[in-house]
Amino acid sequence: MSKQPLIELRNISYLYPHSTGPILENLNFSTQEKHIGVIGSNGCGKTTFFQIIVGLLTPTAGQLLFHGKEIKDKNRMRDLRREVGFLFQNSDDQLFSPTVIEDVAFGPLNLGYSQTAAKKTAIETLAKLGLEGFEERITHRLSGGEKKLVALATILAMEPKMLLLDEPTNNLDPKTRLRLISILQGLDLHQIIISHDWDFLEQTGSTLYRIEDGHIHRCEEDHIHVHSHIHKAGDYPHRHGH
Amino acid sequence: MMDEQFAEGDSLLHKRDPKAKIIASAIFITAAALTRSSTAAAMFLAFAAILCALTGLPLRPILKRLLAVNSFTFFLWITLPPTYGGNEFITLGPLSLSVEGIRLAALITLKTNAVVLAIIALLGTSRIANTGHALETLHLPQGLCFIMLFSYRYIFVIYQEYQRLVRAARLRCFKPATNIHTYRTFGYLFGMTLVKSWNRASRVHQAMILRGFDGHLIPLSQDRYRRSDTLFLLVILTLTLSIALVGFQYP
Ligand SMILES: Nc1ncnc2c1ncn2[C@@H]1O[C@H](COP(=O)(O)OP(=O)(O)OP(=O)(O)O)[C@@H](O)[C@H]1O
Ligand SMILES: [Mg+2]
Repeated sequence: MSKQPLIELRNISYLYPHSTGPILENLNFSTQEKHIGVIGSNGCGKTTFFQIIVGLLTPTAGQLLFHGKEIKDKNRMRDLRREVGFLFQNSDDQLFSPTVIEDVAFGPLNLGYSQTAAKKTAIETLAKLGLEGFEERITHRLSGGEKKLVALATILAMEPKMLLLDEPTNNLDPKTRLRLISILQGLDLHQIIISHDWDFLEQTGSTLYRIEDGHIHRCEEDHIHVHSHIHKAGDYPHRHGH
Repeated sequence: MMDEQFAEGDSLLHKRDPKAKIIASAIFITAAALTRSSTAAAMFLAFAAILCALTGLPLRPILKRLLAVNSFTFFLWITLPPTYGGNEFITLGPLSLSVEGIRLAALITLKTNAVVLAIIALLGTSRIANTGHALETLHLPQGLCFIMLFSYRYIFVIYQEYQRLVRAARLRCFKPATNIHTYRTFGYLFGMTLVKSWNRASRVHQAMILRGFDGHLIPLSQDRYRRSDTLFLLVILTLTLSIALVGFQYP
């Protein structure tokens, strides 16, 4: 690994058009740890933060650095998007081809792979995720959990160096959730995970960051308290005295 | 179309290169649309039906398409004969029907069915991605190919969003009736469908861009233009022109 962090954000601010105040303000962040967990309340700007990293949103102010150099043109952005894969909060938005194999091969084909090579990569990626035999399935008829795994396959087929995962365990049953965790643990990739699922963040060994009031900061170790008992309103990260 | 159900198969027509099929259908559609002869229109319909038979596709879904199309031509049959005018009339009780009106309705019906069957047989038997790619290699403006490919995606997205909203309304015991509440609800449903489809389509587009999409949809299976494709094209061309000539002989 090079000394430069893969991604660095400097003084990033973002304001949605027609909105009253900025969602992110003077935000500084760099990918120092291999596994990063991002927490924060609903609507605090977590998804926005990811969209800025991959250039889907252009920050109103500040710089986006990739391997230590500012992104200035489309080609560099394309390199970044190749190395940083983004798993959407909603897999329905991510799968658009009629069949699974076409969807997984879509990225490799765009990267210039031959049809044979793209197909081979797609089949191998599906196999790696335990999705053998899914090739000809119709994407919009998959179950929610299957969609999530196929969406992950579409990203892994592009052989990224880093994964951005937006609430990956949302709506997964316990079994699929465990399967996803073991898949992610088995990948030798940088990962930034947005999640309200504390156990999941713990199991993927993530350093926690919190987005709050437009800033992101690393959570102090002594405030982090991962616990596995059930809360009545436990999907929001919380601190308490015990 | 959502599942590209007609594209599955391995008949003579499925195996043809989409480029050949696009040109063939362009020729067929133009000739069928321009003819003014019912004889020729009937021959076009027979020709298209034979092509459809060659695809080996199941009959049911094809008939379903035809039914949908003919719900439109049905309106021509109600409106044209009583209103068209002309010299000859048939009296049916209180109605006097224009013979020319009937002839015109029949001509349009024959043409429409012929074109739909030809599209199923020629364009339906390739995957959309392959057809889009073929259009690009035929040097159609890239913008046009892009619009074609994306309307395909959007139709699917809009359909799904609409279904989701209708389901949500039904779950809350919405029953359509003839009142303001119903009209307003349908207004909201259509409006929301558009807004949500737009949002979803732009997220899908973002997902495509992130995976390196730059306006060219590259198909997974490679098509190769063969000599048999040229032969196929020549056969279609000859038959189409012959029928068109028949149309000039028997107007
Ligand atoms: N396209 C948009 N236009 C205007 N405002 C938006 C847009 N998208 C999001 N917002 C607003 O920006 C804020 C941050 O949204 P974002 O999706 O980043 O939140 P989030 O932290 O991911 O929330 P969640 O946990 O619910 O996924 C929200 O208040 C949202 O209402
Ligand atoms: Mg979000």
